[in-house]
Amino acid sequence: MSIRISVAICALLLGLPCAPALADDAALRTALEAARRDFEARGPAGLDRLDLDAVQTVCNRWANNPPSELQSLLQAEQLAAVKYPEGGNYLGDWKKGEALAQSGRGLTWSDGAKVATGGNCYNCHELASTELAYGTLGPSLARYGQRRGRSPDLLRYTWAKIYNAKASSLCSNMPRFGHSGALGEAQIRHIMAYLFDPQSPVNR
Amino acid sequence: MKPSSRKTGRRAQKLLRAGAAVAAALAVAGAGAGQPTAAETQAEIERYRAMLAEDNPAELYAARGEELWNTPRGPKQAALAGCDLGLGPGVVAGAYAQTPRWFADAGRVMDIEARLAWCMETLQGFSAADIAARPFGSEDHKSDMEALVAYVVTASRGYPIAPSQKLPQERAAYALGKSLFALRAGPYDFSCQTCHSQDGKRIRLQELPNLTRREDVRRAYTGWPAYRVSQGEFRTMQWRINDCFRQQRFPQPKYLSETVNALITYLAVEATGATYNGPAMKR
Ligand code: HEC
Repeated sequence: MSIRISVAICALLLGLPCAPALADDAALRTALEAARRDFEARGPAGLDRLDLDAVQTVCNRWANNPPSELQSLLQAEQLAAVKYPEGGNYLGDWKKGEALAQSGRGLTWSDGAKVATGGNCYNCHELASTELAYGTLGPSLARYGQRRGRSPDLLRYTWAKIYNAKASSLCSNMPRFGHSGALGEAQIRHIMAYLFDPQSPVNR
Repeated sequence: MKPSSRKTGRRAQKLLRAGAAVAAALAVAGAGAGQPTAAETQAEIERYRAMLAEDNPAELYAARGEELWNTPRGPKQAALAGCDLGLGPGVVAGAYAQTPRWFADAGRVMDIEARLAWCMETLQGFSAADIAARPFGSEDHKSDMEALVAYVVTASRGYPIAPSQKLPQERAAYALGKSLFALRAGPYDFSCQTCHSQDGKRIRLQELPNLTRREDVRRAYTGWPAYRVSQGEFRTMQWRINDCFRQQRFPQPKYLSETVNALITYLAVEATGATYNGPAMKR
């Protein structure tokens, strides 16, 4: 979606003044033009990565704080596109989930096409109490299942969070792992098990 | 800096032995199930620092860079004595601290690396393609550019960071850098800001400077370019930005491109007034 269309959505659908000023549009357009000139495809990282979708466009355009009406509109659209697992079968194998949570590999230009994409969880979150090398960009998920239980609503909510964090918080820092195709259904099920299984080190 | 070559030779042996040992230790620890703990990594680096007393392997790169600077090279067999880094032909002391800046002869805003490349092209006759072919060196393929940058930035130690913002082109480079810093894209929707706009955060155990805060920019900028212990190589600012784009899951920025230059300009301007005390030793 082009910048103009996103601004048009804001103006027409919502009748908003569309602050901040149009100067920001020009700055965003200039930055995109420079990027399109200055980047080159390498390995799995193609130039199509510079094509912004609606969420990226709006978050860029409003410095991650879009008008609330626009936010709700796009969040609803993202939520509607979440694919839940076949047969409500949310939980896979926590051991495989642990390996995925540990791996920060994949999708960079130095990763070959055959490198399996990891879940990157430990880059930003605390999980098992035994793993001290955790990042702090995201909230702690220590004892996640133990603390929060395993109600169907919570399973569904957590699935949607991993699948597409932007469905509940439009300009969240967290990647949209399912939506972008970085992780498949089976992998998300394993990571879910790592969070919820009573035997998982996250809950012990 | 003019250490006698014998002294440099002895020190080189010592530094490289120590560096290889630490790089190996970090690599082994990193390959294990977990990563090395912060304390382990820090202890390893402290041990390395102690081993070197106040020596930083960047000095070796700087010494080689000085030699390269003074040696007639390239198709035109010219030395870089005629290279104008902004303070006049051949003036190296303090020049880096005033980059990036507009260079009228080239008609663009250049960081120190772009300027060195321009001199290599125009004075020595190297082709742009050759210069861009392998700018970031490795153990078995050392980079001349990294050595030249080490030499030039070392000669700005103690100088205040003072990139010019007088000309509209220089201000445009800053503004572009600022916008690019916030540009989210790619499979993970990352921008520089995703990792660098909060205080006191880390990825795994690596501390993240908040580059939207002047104090943090100053600390980061005045240490780069730097010797990277984990890689056993001297790395430039072009490399730093390039590798962050890699982690951002972006495609690769072209070497010396306007995009990378603009980001360096943004950081340099934010660091204005701080005293350059690099090249530092980094993880
Ligand atoms: C996915 C997270 C991530 C993104 C996105 C990212 N960086 Fe970084 N950056 C890091 C990490 C991690 C380090 C520390 C690296 C280390 O210690 O090896 C770092 C280090 C740096 C440093 C050096 C700081 C110092 O004190 O040594 C600079 C400068 C920097 N980044 C700039 C940028 C810019 C500019 C961008 C956008 C093009 C960017 N980063 C995007 C993770 C990121």
